[in-house]
Order: sequence, then C-alpha cells, then structure tokens
Amino acid sequence: MNNTSISPEDRNKKFLNKLKERDIDVQACYQCGRCSAGCPIGEFFDLNVMEVVRLATYGMEEPLLNCHTIWLCAACETCATRCPNDIEIAGLMDVLREIALRKGVTPAEPRVPLFHKAFLGSISHWGRAYEIGMIAGYKINSRDLLGDMKLGLNMFLKGKLKLTPHSIKGKSDIKQIFSGKGKEYDR
Amino acid sequence: MKLSYYPGCSLEGTALDYDQSVRELCVHLGVELADIPDWNCCGASSAHMTDHEVGIRLPLRNLLQVAGSGHDILVPCAACFQRLRAADKEMRDNPGHWDIVGSIPEFEIVHISTFLARPEILEKIRDKVSQPLSGLPVACYYGCLSLRHPHITGAPNWEMPVNLERIIEALGAKPVNWSHRTECCSGSLTMARPDIARKLVGDIAAAAKRAGATAMVTDCPMCQANVESRQLDLGGEDDLPVFFATELIIAAIEGKYPKKQQKVHLVSPDVVTQHFDSTATEDSA
Ligand code: SF4
Ligand code: SF4
Repeated sequence: MNNTSISPEDRNKKFLNKLKERDIDVQACYQCGRCSAGCPIGEFFDLNVMEVVRLATYGMEEPLLNCHTIWLCAACETCATRCPNDIEIAGLMDVLREIALRKGVTPAEPRVPLFHKAFLGSISHWGRAYEIGMIAGYKINSRDLLGDMKLGLNMFLKGKLKLTPHSIKGKSDIKQIFSGKGKEYDR
Repeated sequence: MKLSYYPGCSLEGTALDYDQSVRELCVHLGVELADIPDWNCCGASSAHMTDHEVGIRLPLRNLLQVAGSGHDILVPCAACFQRLRAADKEMRDNPGHWDIVGSIPEFEIVHISTFLARPEILEKIRDKVSQPLSGLPVACYYGCLSLRHPHITGAPNWEMPVNLERIIEALGAKPVNWSHRTECCSGSLTMARPDIARKLVGDIAAAAKRAGATAMVTDCPMCQANVESRQLDLGGEDDLPVFFATELIIAAIEGKYPKKQQKVHLVSPDVVTQHFDSTATEDSA
C-alpha cells in the first residue's frame, strides 16, 4: 500500500458521485477482506481488492487510475458476490477503467485496453466480433506479433477461425451506440 | 416448444461446433429455435469493462429485436448470457434511461444448462440415450459468467451449482467432486496476459486431475477455448480435453463421437472416442 496521506480535502467528489449514481456503495466497506481473499488474479495485483475499495471510499481517484489492478481484474465478479455488504466491486473496477480511458491516463497495463479497443473496433465496424480481424488489429497495435503464433496457427488449421466477417444490417444502430448514445446530456 | 435463440459471435467462429451441437440437440428434443433477427455482438467483457453505456446498449438492441415475440431466449454462451441479462435488468429497472418506449417486453433469458437441467428435459435426454458414458469421470466446470453476479444471472446456487452435474449424470457419466468448479480461467485476459491465463488454467486442470477426472465439461465457449489452449502452452502431460455438455449429450444419444467432432479439439478427445469405440466392439462381440 502506498503512503499517500489521506485528507477529506483531496476527495474527488465527482468520482464519489459517479459511484453513487451506479449504486456502488463503497462507504459500506468494513475491510473484512473477503473480496481480496477470493480474487483469482490477486497475486498479480499491485493494489489488492480491499485496498482499491478503501481508496475509493476516500475518493482517492489518482492512485486508482494509475494502478495495474484495474486492468488485470478479469471481471469475474467473485469479489462482489462474496462481499457481505453487497458492494458491486467489479462495477467499481468498470467505472475506474472508464474514467482512466476518458481522462487519457497512461494505462499501467497498456496491452489490456489495446485488446479491448481492437475487439470493440471490430464490433463497431461489423456489428459482430470478427476474430481474425480483431486479433490482427490487436497484434499490430500492441506489437505483440509473435506471441501465440502457434495457438493461432493451430486454431486456423482446426478451421476454428472464420475467414470472412459477417456484417449486420442494423449497422446504423451500432454506429449510434458507439458515437455516444445515452451520453448526450452528460455535460 | 419454441424459443428465441442468441448464438453470439464465438458460436460463429471458434465455437462453431458448439452452435451445431445446440441446434442438433434441440431437434432431438423437439425444441424449435428462432434466431434473433439481425442480432449483434453483446459487447462481451470489453464493452462493459470500458464503457457502461455501450456495454448495456449493445446487448439491449438484441432484446428489442425480439420484444414482441413472447418467447424466452436461449443462450449457449455464458458471457453473452450474462450481458443480455445485465441489459434486461437495466431495461426493467430504468426504462427511461435506456429510451425504452412502450411496454417492457416479457421474456426470460435462459442459459443452456439451466434449460437442459429442467426435470422434464432431463427426462427426455435420459430416454434418448442409446450409449451411456458409463463411469467416465468428468469434472464439471462452470467458470464465472453463467453464475455471477447472481443479481444479474438469477443463478440460485452460484457457489455450489448443480446443473452440469445433473446433465452429466443423465448420460451415465460420473461427475467428480472438486475444488475449482466456479473459479475464473481469466478468458478476458488471455490475449493480453497469457502468463496469467496459463497460471489459472494450470491450477484448474491440476485440481480436476487430482479429483480423478479424465475430461472436463463446460457450457462456456471462452472457458472451453482458454482451458484447452493454455494447457497446451504449459506443455505438461495428460492434458484434459474440455467438452461442451451438448456435444456429449449428442454422442450419448447417437452412440458415436464422429471424426469431425474429434478434430475440433486442441487437446485429444480420445477418452470419449475410445469409450464409444470400446462399447461398439463390445456390442458387436
Ligand atoms: S468484501 Fe466488501 S466489506 Fe469486505 S473488504 Fe471487500 S469490499 Fe469491504
Ligand atoms: S472481479 Fe476482478 S477484483 Fe473481483 S475477484 Fe474477479 S478479478 Fe478479482
């Protein structure tokens, strides 16, 4: 855990309001640690799950947006289902990632958001995920060209990768969604 | 019986055989499937992990495509199931925010194993089995998204689920008792951090072997692909093949495990192939 001093002055009220809007009641946390205990990825985290919740209760957004944990969390929901206070911790991780991306914070694990971007790029283009296109896009952007070559080739030989994308008819709906539908009145 | 059907993107790609097995099984069961017209991707983990509005509006569009149908929606993919249920809950809790006009559609979104484990469906399956998988020790593996969060999935026993075990028992196989049935395999990280995926998959496979399983059974296409492929990376011996429950049901009904099906596995499915070969020779002897 870092040694940043905590003061009510530093609270990011906008961040706390965002959590309230999404019904993520971090103030209910009494640091029992069940969330951290069951997390399958915990050993790879820099901040453990209960630390993330604790920092969030203080509205301390900055260390949270800069940590590895928010990108390594697999959204498995184990923490949230076991929290005795029913805190939607996985939802908290979602909010943190979204704010980090919107603020342009350099992600501690750059490959993870690059993967999400490649995946969503494929959907916004076709309306459905197109695995080969998505993998190629990710590989080029992350410069991870050689990783998983054997696996990709294996899948290819097994006929598991579809060669042509399927384009849906309602692409205009998808375009609207990706161009910020629902966020028109945010500001 | 008629159901709306949402296959989802993996079932058009890496898990195409899962889609085929679900459709074939529904023919056996006399269930008619109507694909959601012009369905789109549910956004999977990537959408909700990075953009709440997109993460709900993508799956929501699919629900609105079948708003008037009155049929429940069958979903074989655990990730799609969870995303569609999340959109369904939002639509009911907060219709104004999601621009729902008119009345809220009535249907239930059902994951494949919940559907197959209904007593009347299990009964039908039991009746149709021609070659039981007698004694085959299998580890039923649920992973995350058909169970968690129960507020969304509606799963009654999210820590101790029983659906896959019930289905496997109906085929005569022997589900083992083991520790990692609902542990995450980190499918959503497998491309960006294969090292983490290898660690988690290694632990899961080791736990299944400790309990005496010779195969794993799942109902999640991400788990199926991730657990088979990352075991190969680890380069160990006696990797466990991961089967979809539906392909085993069809094998037990039809009394064979066809070549075409054997080929789609990255880990050798010999335990099941041999099972049918040996019962076939016993029969002819
Ligand atoms: S399980 Fe809930 S109450 Fe316990 S430490 Fe984690 S967030 Fe806090
Ligand atoms: S949702 Fe994220 S933080 Fe919670 S248990 Fe799963 S991986 Fe850990």
